[in-house]
Amino acid sequence: MTPLLTTHGLSRDFGGLKAVDSVDFSLMPGEIRAIIGPNGAGKTTFVSLVCGRILPSAGRIVFDGRDITDMPAHKRVRLGIAYTFQITSVFARLSAYDNVALAFQRAQSGRSVHDGVMEALDRTGLADRAKETAGAMAYGHQRLLEVAMGLALKPRLLILDEPTQGLSDGEIAGFIALVREIGRDATVLLIEHNMHVVMELAQRITVMEAGRILAEGAPQEIRDNVAVQEAYLGGTVEAAS
Amino acid sequence: MKSDTGCGKAIALHLVVIAGLFGLGFVLPEYHHGVLARVMVLAVFSMGYNVLFGYAGLLSLGHAMFFAAGLYGAGLSMIHLGWSAPAGFAAGVIAGAVLALGVGVLALRTTGVAFMIVTMMFSQVFYLLTLYFSVWTRGDEGLVIPQARRGLDLGAMRLDFTDPMTRYMLALGLFAIVLLLTLGVARSGFGRVLVAIRENEERTKMLGYDTFANKLSAVVVSGTFCAAAGAAYALLFGYVGSTFASVQYSIFPLLWVLLGGAATTLGPFLGTLFMYYVVDIASGYTSAYMLIVGLLLILLILYFPKGVLGTVRERWLRWLP
Amino acid sequence: MSFGPHLLLAVLEGLVTSAVLALTALGLSLVFGVMRVVNVAHGEFFMLGAVLAWAISSMVPGHPSLGFLMALLLSPLIVGSVALLAERLVLRRLDYNPEATIVATIGLLYVIQQLALTFYGPEARAVPAPFNFRLQLPWFGYSGYKLSIIAASVVLMLATWFVLTRTRIGLVMRATQYDSETAQAFGIPVDRVYAGVFALGAMLAAVAAVLIVPIQQAHYLMGLDPLLLSFIVVIIGGLGSLRGTVIAALIIGVSDGVISVFFSPTLAKIIATSAVAMVLVFRPQGLFGTTPR
Repeated sequence: MTPLLTTHGLSRDFGGLKAVDSVDFSLMPGEIRAIIGPNGAGKTTFVSLVCGRILPSAGRIVFDGRDITDMPAHKRVRLGIAYTFQITSVFARLSAYDNVALAFQRAQSGRSVHDGVMEALDRTGLADRAKETAGAMAYGHQRLLEVAMGLALKPRLLILDEPTQGLSDGEIAGFIALVREIGRDATVLLIEHNMHVVMELAQRITVMEAGRILAEGAPQEIRDNVAVQEAYLGGTVEAAS
Repeated sequence: MKSDTGCGKAIALHLVVIAGLFGLGFVLPEYHHGVLARVMVLAVFSMGYNVLFGYAGLLSLGHAMFFAAGLYGAGLSMIHLGWSAPAGFAAGVIAGAVLALGVGVLALRTTGVAFMIVTMMFSQVFYLLTLYFSVWTRGDEGLVIPQARRGLDLGAMRLDFTDPMTRYMLALGLFAIVLLLTLGVARSGFGRVLVAIRENEERTKMLGYDTFANKLSAVVVSGTFCAAAGAAYALLFGYVGSTFASVQYSIFPLLWVLLGGAATTLGPFLGTLFMYYVVDIASGYTSAYMLIVGLLLILLILYFPKGVLGTVRERWLRWLP
Repeated sequence: MSFGPHLLLAVLEGLVTSAVLALTALGLSLVFGVMRVVNVAHGEFFMLGAVLAWAISSMVPGHPSLGFLMALLLSPLIVGSVALLAERLVLRRLDYNPEATIVATIGLLYVIQQLALTFYGPEARAVPAPFNFRLQLPWFGYSGYKLSIIAASVVLMLATWFVLTRTRIGLVMRATQYDSETAQAFGIPVDRVYAGVFALGAMLAAVAAVLIVPIQQAHYLMGLDPLLLSFIVVIIGGLGSLRGTVIAALIIGVSDGVISVFFSPTLAKIIATSAVAMVLVFRPQGLFGTTPR
């Protein structure tokens, strides 16, 4: 099977700092992959390079056999790479419905926008809040709305950047179920600090530190990896941050 | 933004406004009849401005050039090339659309304050050009399109634009078309994308939209509406002068839209109507009407940035488009 | 007169324009640099300075130089207070939002212009020069007053440079310009710095206007040209850069004089305005500026 996404020697520096340092990475279709690592390890920069929000200093990115290194972000979204923001950035002054409609309407094919929007809202459990103004919704619901927008894009690769940050335990449980369900038709790349969520969801885990990949493997291997424990799990086991 | 249940109400409201203006055409005293015809044409100008400023959130300080492109496109082609009135109107609209495309491609490379200054400078260049080519434009003094040319022969019947009733109804026709087009834009997917760009451009990009292309379309639609207003002004009122390309005419639509309510479909008309009468009444007492314009700008931006209809929508009528 | 002296005369005239322009543009540049707002009413502060100079000097009896000196002292102070008032009443309440500020200062432009028309009238009036010394060159005589404008401008620019780079006030201003939030956190009264800078910017324009009224009459519409030229200078020189402002003022002032000899003034303005718009589109940091952080 060929990977859905690969990067070769992907690098990005800011000033003198190497935020991402020649990363070779590959992701199989249908996988749920988690990227973990301490703050400042370059996780968000790495996925930002993949989705095109920032451009790399060096290296290549290949998605589904196509070199997308120089492709603008909006075209990558059209290829099926969806990114949900780390900091909630729904359109605060628009209704939940309009937020999802924006994601859905561009790629609509023969279906009515209304049906598509309601389906995405339904899957995230927000159907009865369609008319609420996004900015006035509870934080947990805004996070879910963010996911609903990602879903409405019908992505092949859904990148979730710290999706459970700030959610309650009950909301997290619902969220895990949701991502599992999404994982049935899409490949998921998940940046996550909450190890419980990571262990529940990820089929494989990539550990980043100082812009490089430190280790990669199945959840159990990562748990047993000494280097990882020293760099990350050992010192600061981040339970809820 | 708006809920689907408001859709019927919104369309009904717009049709009522158009019908009301149609009715007023038969009952208004002569003076106000003339004023309203002029206000409707200028309201088209401010509706065009609103597409860019209200919906897409791009503040231009150079829209006089689009109005003037329509004005001169129609005026010069009719006077110097002997074109008919409809051909002149088309020339004006096309001139505005092409200018908007060119200006958009350049100016949209900038954002925020730089966008405001760049549009102002392009407009200033346009204004200076109308002065420089005074052989054809007669600069400040301007051109008058002869009365005989301002009409349309339809077989045996002649549509005379200098006749007040014809003029009123033509102005209303253009106003109604652009009003309904604006409503269409506001309710379309395109309008939703423009609002999204206004709210958060980065996020919009990450939903797969080419935001540059969408903003450029907004500039062109906006410029085309403004040019249509300019061309209609030339045909209906017969005067083509460089004043209409000056900075003041870039500020006016901003003021009208701010007053009536940005990103509301009827706000621009309301703002234009109100300001026209304020200036009209004020100039009866004092020559210092620019003082009122200045103070209103400051007070609006300080205390009332959403304008009349924007505030009405926020407080009472959520469905108002 | 042969070509050489003709060019010398054009350059001298250009230097006078540059001197006044540099001061005016510096005011605009400071306000933008520190406060990140564009003051569209800047040209009206210039106009107000000129009109007040006429009013003050015509009230002072005796030798013209006395009236002129009073004007040079009082006019900037009054204009500075007007600016301070506008800053407190309007700009601060807008939280210095760049776009809202532009709209508000456009309003201010109309208000000041209309008040000048109402109280000063539509006439153009000159202020007598403080002295009438003529410097006799081999080819032509040249106004000593005009040369003194250049000298005054150089002195004022040096003083500004000294304040900005060598004093505590300058340090506070630069800190605010660099990062207003951090400056606030370090106990710098950002709020008062903004008020002071806005007043200072207006005062620089007023000083420039007082210097120019003996050779160019005061008129209520005289603010537009300095505003546009200052924009041009500030954009070309790079926003908030003192060195860039001076260099750009020299280029614009001198070339304006020289170009006007060969082209019509309107065409010269068309070329200059389009060129500057293109600079803003393709090189927004200005020709001499560096990319911001």
